Amino acid sequence: MIQISKHSIYFLIVALLMILPQCQAGIIEVCDRCEVKTIKQGIAQAEDQDTLLIKKGVYKEFNILIDKPISLIGDDFPIVDGQEKGEIFRIVSDNVRIQGLAIVNVGVSYTTDYAAIRVVRSSNFQIEENRFENLFFGIFLEKSSKGIVKGNRIMGIARDEYNSGNGVHLWYSNNILVTDNQIEGVRDGIYLEFSDTIRIRGNESRKNLRYGLHFMFSNNNQYTDNLFENNGAGVAVMFSRQIRMTGNRFRKNWGPASYGMLLKEINDAEIIDNLFEENTVGINIEGSNRITYQGNRFVSNGWAVKVLGACYTNRFLGNDFLYNSFDLSYNSNINDNLFEGNYWSNYSGYDLDMDGIGDVPHRPVKLFSYIVNRTPETLILLRSLFMDLIDFSERVSPVFTPDNLVDAKPKMRVVQ
Amino acid sequence: MLKILKYSFKDLIRSRWSYVYFLFYLLLGFVLLFLNNDLSKAVITLMNIIVVLVPLIATIFGIMYYYNSREFIELLLAQPLKRSSIFLGLYLGVAGSLTLSLVLGLGLPFALYGLFKSGDILNFSLLIVIGAFLTFIFNGLAFNIGIANENRIKGFGYAVLLWLFLAVIYDGLFLLALIVFEEYPLDTFSLAATVFNPIDLSRILILLELDISALLGYTGAIFKAFFGTRIGIISATIMLLIWTLVPLWSFIRRANKKDF
Repeated sequence: MIQISKHSIYFLIVALLMILPQCQAGIIEVCDRCEVKTIKQGIAQAEDQDTLLIKKGVYKEFNILIDKPISLIGDDFPIVDGQEKGEIFRIVSDNVRIQGLAIVNVGVSYTTDYAAIRVVRSSNFQIEENRFENLFFGIFLEKSSKGIVKGNRIMGIARDEYNSGNGVHLWYSNNILVTDNQIEGVRDGIYLEFSDTIRIRGNESRKNLRYGLHFMFSNNNQYTDNLFENNGAGVAVMFSRQIRMTGNRFRKNWGPASYGMLLKEINDAEIIDNLFEENTVGINIEGSNRITYQGNRFVSNGWAVKVLGACYTNRFLGNDFLYNSFDLSYNSNINDNLFEGNYWSNYSGYDLDMDGIGDVPHRPVKLFSYIVNRTPETLILLRSLFMDLIDFSERVSPVFTPDNLVDAKPKMRVVQ
Repeated sequence: MLKILKYSFKDLIRSRWSYVYFLFYLLLGFVLLFLNNDLSKAVITLMNIIVVLVPLIATIFGIMYYYNSREFIELLLAQPLKRSSIFLGLYLGVAGSLTLSLVLGLGLPFALYGLFKSGDILNFSLLIVIGAFLTFIFNGLAFNIGIANENRIKGFGYAVLLWLFLAVIYDGLFLLALIVFEEYPLDTFSLAATVFNPIDLSRILILLELDISALLGYTGAIFKAFFGTRIGIISATIMLLIWTLVPLWSFIRRANKKDF
């Protein structure tokens, strides 16, 4: 009893300490009929830690500079209309919060990256549950850290790559959580460059002009439970180390240069429990080493995995390859990658000792995939009896395909 | 004509071979579903089989039936009947009964496994339609061979060769041509070459359903226009129709002229 009361006293004190600064901070209401009529005016009047409560209405403002630690809270999504004249919010202070605003009509420029919200050299910011429409760049984080971008809805209507921007753009930013956002119709859904220790979780990135997710030179990042669907060129990840991608879904990325995921110069990554469904190419791998692919599902892709160039000591363990036109394609006959314990839907072996592992090794590379690499037009002969015959003879005695490229322990049943 | 059609249809329905084919398809359907336990995968496997097997069965059965009913044909020719209606009746009887055994033989097991409740009904109907087309086309071709060759052994030989050529050798030559001339733009050529083989044509129709994601991986503009839109399906269907009508027309023409 005594212990409990002690605890509750501590708790009370801590809670009070947390509430106290907020009690001191004032609330400034912004609306048509209020004393403060514009957001800019509100910011000018605000003290540190104040909250601007923005009531429903239309605020035709742009180039709003937030240079003190305040919160901007929208009541029932007030519209902040930039009238396509330029940037709308620029945050240059730490501890800023923007929540519940509908930010529309960002200016388009060919020389400046105008954004709906730009955060510059700041930390501890929170950008939550805002709506963005008719934008150039959505949320642009520049040399910032320790922030949260959560639950925003970004709906662009981008048509051409040259005059459109990215949904969430991170540049030289660290320790940021990007979660539960919904991004559509921009150039790149989520873009990272030189940004480390970022967590991207539960976002939905659809129908973007170029990539659903695009990152370069960004190490030690985690991508979890995101959905990338119907993007112009899928997802491209390049020149990064120590990436961890789990539970993501890559779906319906169709086209000649479209990939569920394009990996280029990615090293020491973990790609686990992802779903690749109905993409032209599930994963396209170039010059990527020491990657573990485990428990992924490749369903109904054109090519499940396409390996180009030097890729060494990658491990494919316990993945499901289901009904892909090609499970695996190599462009050389040297193999240094390990395939073990995967399920291949076109495995034709048997399991006499009933241990769930096929008794005959499986050769996932078809000769036909070589021919298609060389002469793409031959694709029209897919599923032809003649092709099946030569694939069969190649499987019996491999000449063109890597001799050691086998799954020695193919699973008899779907892994997941 | 209808009477003859009815007669040959009834004759075939009663014949052992129709049952054999019916049972064969039935068994095939059940085994596939039993092994795969998954409707959509069974449909994929079945598509591969249909494109190869249905032409073979249609060719062999067609030529067999033609030679078997020689005497019956001669008997009918002695009657005051129009020649075209005699032969058309025969043709439709054979093709119809074969199609029936295909539809029933494959339809029953799939229906029992809950086809009508699944999303694969469209793929399955496409499969059946293609199977029917192939039956009619290869029956027509077989009848042509039959009427041109009095010698049964020769006729059989040609029929099997025809099947082998269209199912396997054609694609081999096609592939060889593509590789030899890989320096040249080959879009139009490859589409044209497909059109001249009914088996390839049906295969393309199936690819459009199953492997569209892979087909879109190729950059050619003509490919894209063909595969990316409805044009592909429509033109392939029209070509199949032409493939059905031309052998039939040539068979009837020959039958009208031939001195029995």
